[in-house]
Amino acid sequence: MSYSFSRTKMIEKIKFGLLSPDEIRKMSAARIITADTYDEDGLPIPSGLMDQRLGTIEPGQRCQTCGNLVSNCMGHFGHIELARPVIHVGYAKRVLKVLRSICPECSRLMLTDEEKEGFRKDQVKHRKMFFEGDEEVARLVFKRARKAKVCPYCGAKKKKIIIEKPTTFYEEEEAKGSRRITPIEILERLKKMNDNDLRILGISPENARLEWVIFTVLPIPPVCARPSITLDSGIRSEDDLTHKLVDVIRINQRLRENIDAGAPHLIVEDLWELLQYHITTYFDNQVSGIPPARHRSGRALRTLTQRLKGKEGRFRSNLSGKRVDFSARSVISPNPYISINEVGVPQDVAKILTIPTNVNDWNIEEMKQLVLNGPHIHPGANYIIRNDRRRIDLRYVKNRKMIADILAPGYTVERHLNRGDLVLFNRQPSLHRMSIMAHEVKIMDGKTFRLNLTVCPPYNADFDGDEMNLHVPQSEEARTEAELLLKVQEHILSPRFGGPILGGIQDFISSVFQFTSKDSLYNKKDTLKLLFLGEIFDSNPDFSLDDLKPVISDPEPIYSGKQIFSTLLPDDLNIRIKSKFCKKCEVCEEENCQYDAYVVIKNGELITGTIDENSFGAMQSNSILQRIIKDHGNARGREFLDNATRMLLYVIRQNGITMGLDEVYVKGSDYEVIRKILEEANNESEKLIKAFYDNDTKVLKRAPGRSMRETLELRIRQVLAEARKKAEETAAHYIGDEAHSVIMTKSGARGNILNLGQMSAVVGQQAIRGERINRGYSSRTLPHFKINDLSPKSRGFVESSYRNGLNPEEFFFHAMGGREGLVDTAVRTSTSGYMQRRLVNALQDMVIENDGTVRNSDKNIIQFNFGDDSVNPQMTDHGAAVNLDVLLLKAKSLHVDEIREELKKLPIETKSVVKEEKVKKKPAKEKKTPKVEEEEIDEASLMKSYEKETGKNAIWRGKTTKGYLDWKKEKMG
Amino acid sequence: MTKKRKIDVLLHELVPKHHLLTKEESQKLLEKFKISVIDLPQMSEKDPVAIAVGAKEGDIVKIIRDSHTTVKFVNYYRYITKEKV
Repeated sequence: MSYSFSRTKMIEKIKFGLLSPDEIRKMSAARIITADTYDEDGLPIPSGLMDQRLGTIEPGQRCQTCGNLVSNCMGHFGHIELARPVIHVGYAKRVLKVLRSICPECSRLMLTDEEKEGFRKDQVKHRKMFFEGDEEVARLVFKRARKAKVCPYCGAKKKKIIIEKPTTFYEEEEAKGSRRITPIEILERLKKMNDNDLRILGISPENARLEWVIFTVLPIPPVCARPSITLDSGIRSEDDLTHKLVDVIRINQRLRENIDAGAPHLIVEDLWELLQYHITTYFDNQVSGIPPARHRSGRALRTLTQRLKGKEGRFRSNLSGKRVDFSARSVISPNPYISINEVGVPQDVAKILTIPTNVNDWNIEEMKQLVLNGPHIHPGANYIIRNDRRRIDLRYVKNRKMIADILAPGYTVERHLNRGDLVLFNRQPSLHRMSIMAHEVKIMDGKTFRLNLTVCPPYNADFDGDEMNLHVPQSEEARTEAELLLKVQEHILSPRFGGPILGGIQDFISSVFQFTSKDSLYNKKDTLKLLFLGEIFDSNPDFSLDDLKPVISDPEPIYSGKQIFSTLLPDDLNIRIKSKFCKKCEVCEEENCQYDAYVVIKNGELITGTIDENSFGAMQSNSILQRIIKDHGNARGREFLDNATRMLLYVIRQNGITMGLDEVYVKGSDYEVIRKILEEANNESEKLIKAFYDNDTKVLKRAPGRSMRETLELRIRQVLAEARKKAEETAAHYIGDEAHSVIMTKSGARGNILNLGQMSAVVGQQAIRGERINRGYSSRTLPHFKINDLSPKSRGFVESSYRNGLNPEEFFFHAMGGREGLVDTAVRTSTSGYMQRRLVNALQDMVIENDGTVRNSDKNIIQFNFGDDSVNPQMTDHGAAVNLDVLLLKAKSLHVDEIREELKKLPIETKSVVKEEKVKKKPAKEKKTPKVEEEEIDEASLMKSYEKETGKNAIWRGKTTKGYLDWKKEKMG
Repeated sequence: MTKKRKIDVLLHELVPKHHLLTKEESQKLLEKFKISVIDLPQMSEKDPVAIAVGAKEGDIVKIIRDSHTTVKFVNYYRYITKEKV
């Protein structure tokens, strides 16, 4: 049915080399003489830089060389004959090396024949193994040849050659001083070199003789490589390359005229140098040692090297990082009601992105409907590709009904993106593989992409204006791969450590904390609502509310949050975890923990403990989610996460979490206590400072390995840190356990006690580079303080709390500390980004082969066994293949008696089953095999006897012959 | 001038066990992985350990060392390259 019209050809080899002057002339379509581009009428000047023989850029115009239109003409090179030879900057270094290692008179490599032979052998050996020359050997040759003083062949004395960057060479003789070697001379010397010498130097005489590096002819790139732009005002603006070429041609022209006119040597020399400058900047406008060529506006020109190099260069910007079709980008916003596997896509986007769908007998009606809907009604289609590969744009079709009717199997419909389609979703920077995951499309109103909140951590996304990209896989293979490997649920476990990177975040944690704490109780109505939201009745059809035993049954049945949460868990889940707010008592009371901080889940039932970040959060090891996935797979893990978050959302909506200024307002006696703590700390440091000045080693005991001054700093910091800690504790006590801010910190949803302490009690010491603030004016930080004041206040200790406000000095110190933090993050991201780039470039094409070895693209072995153990870290339990604690727990939770009962029954049953099977199987085999053999033998012997009797073949061309069959019939009846 | 004391690098606790493969063993290894010698990780002929085991260019040295991820011993094979000076 489908026939490919494309022709494929194998690339046998690619040859890299230099263009010889002859080759340049041969491939040239036009010799360029005039430095002008267009005449007054706007027509290209013949033999000018925009000569029409160099290809067209004007639509509708035919190329004078190939006769094609713009779309098919790939452009043609031209050339200029240079009046004097000029060196290519990029090869100046290589030219220098070669000049230094050859004889100035006879141009032979200054090595003895034996040495040459040795190096040649090395090169040949290397080429046999690696299919390329050995740079190491070439380096050695240069090193060796440079040492020679006298040419071993003609006896000429070698002279010292110096380069003046970038392209001027001098020859130095001790007696005569230095003399410039002109490119003409260099050309002469290089031309004289013999092929074998070049080979030893690692230069191929067939593909890249070094003298070709010195231009006598300069190729002119086609017009399409340097298109001119016509501005709105009608003014033509030429490309940077054209500008540069104009300079080159103009100077070349002047140089020629001067030479022809027999101008003084000095003038010719000057012009020659100018030509060299222009050609150098034409290749690379960032050569050190010469000023970059500039545009009239003062902007440096973007010449050949600049086009290729760096982030905005051809390679990184246009080849590695192409822009793609079938993609969309928009702001993201949250939606907790869609699954983690889904992404909300605006209808406007869905109407533009398409999926090519083949029409067949089974979907033809559906496709017809899509075509009828057309490009403007949502579940529609944008294009149809007929089976003769003609593409019909539905936007311009007047009668879609007609088109829908001609639809037949073999057609392809490019239909709109619709519910359930798989797309790739991505957020930059793409630092790990979880930065691109596959989601199922859900068409939604609005103009933003919608995202489940629990997938924020892997993307590192938030909703303060973040944008994300969406790509639509176009082939069946790509979609399958996305389904199997890229779906979000396949990435719940991180390949970094085998733990979940998805999980409850922020309010979900606060919510689950409140929900599963001891005093959370729900009546029948609320319970049913919660169970419904958790889709318990869908995922477990056998479930009924009667299965739950209410905690209180009088006057109405009351269920605990723990019970309701348990319904989400699989029946065989067994976990023991310490909560985040565990007080770390000396003797752990485990189940009987008075703070309810020991989570015990037995056979899928939360018995004690309050669920918090440790058991429900993202990036938490050994959490509920991880255990569910390890036992029941990714799909069940996804289901749990979806259902739990939906249930918890209702809980937090009922409870409500809020925080205001009054929550961190410490007043009354507790405030006095805090002030007192700070005062004491101040006095303490005062004492220490006094001891420092008095050199009193009893009060200020010198710390080992430190000076007195350092000891003082250390002690003061200690005293202040202690004070801050005490103040924080006092404040925490005052605020109590019920405050919403405390619930957030305790459950691990957001913030920590330190943040609360800074808000309510004291902000504490501001530091720069790990020290108290000690910069600013001479011997003091600010003019508000006396010289050499070492008191806490003058060195950046902020006594106020954020709630009470900072005084001006404190504010300034605080800003200093804050600035350091900002600078640090900025520096960290840029350095780690560069490191990442280097690492990725080095490792990107390594592959685990089928034999378990890790190899690079050359199939060199990097590692004999992936990770030394061939273990996929995503499948491990924090790096270990088995988690014994969990296994033990699982074993313990089994009902021993039941198992015994089962074991009693089991052996008899299994034995009998096995016996029966054996009995059944054996005779069957025995019966079957001999029968077949008998028949075969029979047939074979029959054939033999037939052949003997008649002398004809029984089997001819793989088929039994007619004669044999007749004979057989006759004989057997 | 003090004389350089000769140290047997192989006895140092940080030096993993090195084992020079025979011709047959090398051949077997190359066949096992279906590679040629140059596909192996490389080691200089002048490497102190290479000198100590007496490995020459083209030889293969088996290195047995403890891995961070496994309790088992792991083999690393190195192909010896000649230093060009």
